[in-house]
Amino acid sequence: MTFRKYLVLAGVTVFAAAGDSMLSYGMRQTGNISLDHLGSLVAAVLNPWIAGGIVLLLAFFASYMNALSWADLTYVLPATSLGYVLLALIARLALHEHVSPLRWLGIALISGGVTFVAGGPALTSHKPAGGTSDPFLAKAARSGAPTSEKVPAVTESTER
Amino acid sequence: MKHLYTWTAILLVTATSVIGDILIARAMKQVGDFHQLWRHEGVWIIVARVLSNRNFFLGVGAMTLAFFSLLFALSWGDVSLVAPAASSLTFIGTAFAAKIFLHEKVDGRRWIAALLVAAGVALLAG
Repeated sequence: MTFRKYLVLAGVTVFAAAGDSMLSYGMRQTGNISLDHLGSLVAAVLNPWIAGGIVLLLAFFASYMNALSWADLTYVLPATSLGYVLLALIARLALHEHVSPLRWLGIALISGGVTFVAGGPALTSHKPAGGTSDPFLAKAARSGAPTSEKVPAVTESTER
Repeated sequence: MKHLYTWTAILLVTATSVIGDILIARAMKQVGDFHQLWRHEGVWIIVARVLSNRNFFLGVGAMTLAFFSLLFALSWGDVSLVAPAASSLTFIGTAFAAKIFLHEKVDGRRWIAALLVAAGVALLAG
């Protein structure tokens, strides 16, 4: 794991949290969307908070794709949940809102879970048994893109 | 009746999110490590490979479905149920799906993490 990769994971967390909160703030302004009035969907997308939220979620998506290009899904996904922790801490520290004991417990559980994953390897490397079992890894190798399968000997996850 | 709608929506959101995540994860592994590609072949090779990947578009489609079903679910149902239930179920569903479809090594460490995160999100997302 390089500094740049941690930065990408931080982007995943921050953009997801900021985008989600802008979106939910906007949704509270626009109110219900019903199947009968699809026009209300258009109106919702035109709301500045919702539009801003969508832009941030696109930024989240770019960092998410970046992270998934070098790490397992089960490694990256817990990082997205840190956003909830971030939001609760902002509510407590910046907005001086009350954070209930149950929410502190939620923060502890998520932080614990993320620590668990972060302590392990980021990528499962698949054994390159005489040409790899994954056609896409073989293709990537042919086209000169370095992949994890070049890690010798150890068959299971190696990259930290 | 409202309960049925709400839980149908929650399951729809969960299923489409899991499918989207799996497809995108697979697509990105097919594209290759962004950082390596960027350094050796430039940023455009990444764009070209992403845009020529079928799984990427299928994944984006599934995520778009997930996004709009969440919008609908949130406007119908109880927000304090829909948001935590859907996101928490997604973490567990993804762990299963990543093991089955992506052959990721989901060891004890990652199972515990998935369960802890799912529980934590259920408590926080409300």
